[in-house]
Amino acid sequence: MTTRMREVYSDTLIRLAEKDRNIVVLEADLMAAHATKSFMEKFPERTFNVGVAEANMVGIACGLSARGKIPFAGSFAPFVTRRAYDQFFVSANYAKLNVKLMGSDPGITAAYNGGTHMPFEDVGIMRNVPGLIIYEPADGVSLQKLLTESAYRKGNVYLRLHRGNAPGIYNQNDEIKLGKANVLKDGNDVTLIASGVVMVNEALKASEMLQKEGVSAAVIDMHTIKPLDEEIVLKYAAKTSRIVTCENHQVMNGLGSAVAEVLSEKQPILMKRIGVNDEFGEVGDIEYLKERFGLTAKRICESARSLLVTA
Amino acid sequence: MIEKEFKELKSKAKHIRKLTIDTIGHLGFGHIGGSMSIVEILTMLYYKHMRIDPMDPKKKDRDILILSKGHGGPTLYCVLADKGYFSLDLLHTLNTGGTSLPSHVDMNRTPGIDMTAGSLGQGLSAAVGMALANRLDKNPGLVYAIIGDGESDEGQVWEAAMAAAHFKLDNLIAFTDRNKLQIDGFTKNIMDLGDLKAKWESFGWFTQQIDGHNFEAIDKSINRAKTETGRPAMIILETVKGKGVSFAENKESSHHMAFDYEMAKQAISCL
Repeated sequence: MTTRMREVYSDTLIRLAEKDRNIVVLEADLMAAHATKSFMEKFPERTFNVGVAEANMVGIACGLSARGKIPFAGSFAPFVTRRAYDQFFVSANYAKLNVKLMGSDPGITAAYNGGTHMPFEDVGIMRNVPGLIIYEPADGVSLQKLLTESAYRKGNVYLRLHRGNAPGIYNQNDEIKLGKANVLKDGNDVTLIASGVVMVNEALKASEMLQKEGVSAAVIDMHTIKPLDEEIVLKYAAKTSRIVTCENHQVMNGLGSAVAEVLSEKQPILMKRIGVNDEFGEVGDIEYLKERFGLTAKRICESARSLLVTA
Repeated sequence: MIEKEFKELKSKAKHIRKLTIDTIGHLGFGHIGGSMSIVEILTMLYYKHMRIDPMDPKKKDRDILILSKGHGGPTLYCVLADKGYFSLDLLHTLNTGGTSLPSHVDMNRTPGIDMTAGSLGQGLSAAVGMALANRLDKNPGLVYAIIGDGESDEGQVWEAAMAAAHFKLDNLIAFTDRNKLQIDGFTKNIMDLGDLKAKWESFGWFTQQIDGHNFEAIDKSINRAKTETGRPAMIILETVKGKGVSFAENKESSHHMAFDYEMAKQAISCL
């Protein structure tokens, strides 16, 4: 079942806020984009729209957090990461507060907003914040579960939110926990490790395509990029000896780098990273942009095949 | 009675000034200029206006101070130590490895520090958030914030200024330490702030401009700010950077200076 991710975001926060008066929402003039108007209708006194001022939004969230509130603050991903990095780094993280930051429209999903709005670097810069939790859910069920968990996991969090529609992957009774990757499909020849709506679905598609060629490809949803589930990376490195990472982000400093760091130090095996290669974004629809930056099942299959040949 | 009170505050301020010069002088270098210009305001807040309990630094309904110009930490540490938040012995560990008194204020290291600051321009936003939280919780605690005039070059200060007025935060009282100097020189030469009072007024704040070393004026302005409803209050403190220390007073080089303990002792004896 396809879900509207932005509505899951807002509905989940409403459910949390109904039980806990400390839940508050901050926006920087993007309430319509994040469906948080429904939150505001229920909790007007706990909703703060600060206008187009992301740095100030993060700073205000820090003040709310320092007084015991649990603030969820969101804007487009480039503006809560690149623009408000120092505010989030110092006032939230160095100060050890409890701010739940949300950046929407990851990577190519910024689509028609183009290069200025297309973050291929947000996970990279956020990974350098000590102790920060970074997660990117692949569907509505995982968003709802991880968002709920993040509310009561003390400390700062960065949610990379696909706010558009997403096909369903999980069932309500599946166990989905921050820091613990989920194996969506087992396999023996190669492992595809992906994060986010776009690339988890491309990886699943690639796995089916490889299956037809007689290649057994495991698919892992690495929804939490930090802390990385090292255990599952090492387990599948041992099991399949080949790994392809798939991310809607630069191959530098994101999921692929995180997996490579673990493998190179603990269990060197051959791997390939699917992602954007040191380029800026541009306008276009999702299908155009997938092709343009090589974020496709076809490219994942090519990488998997090349590993099978060299191994 | 009132005269006696001001006399006591003046005497306390002199003590805090001496203690701060001693603390920085013992280390041999530090932010002497901006520490000296906030002695009177911190003395007035901590010894008269703020409802606080040194034995319970995290008390829920306490008044809060955010020292957004976080490099003014040494003066605040001296005040907090004198109030009993921690031992006076700690003052001589200022800015040394492993200390609980770092150059810039840190809420996780020092009892009595309400917000971490150091990267300029961020404290007023946090003050807005705290004032919003207090209002939501019907917490009577007031939020005080001190920003620098050099710090006011930062755009975020004005984002926070707009937001505080928009949210009608009458539980927020901010001060600008208008010492007219920033690291590279006089503010009018580096980045002219223009008519600061008119700026804050135009942003919707109840604004007063006073002599920031005069206790009667500070006391009156805070009392007046407390009675203001429906908008935040800004008190621009006309101060002298390095106030009371001859080798630092109104000197362009006073933001961060090296001086030995002998110089410090001499400066203290002159007060």
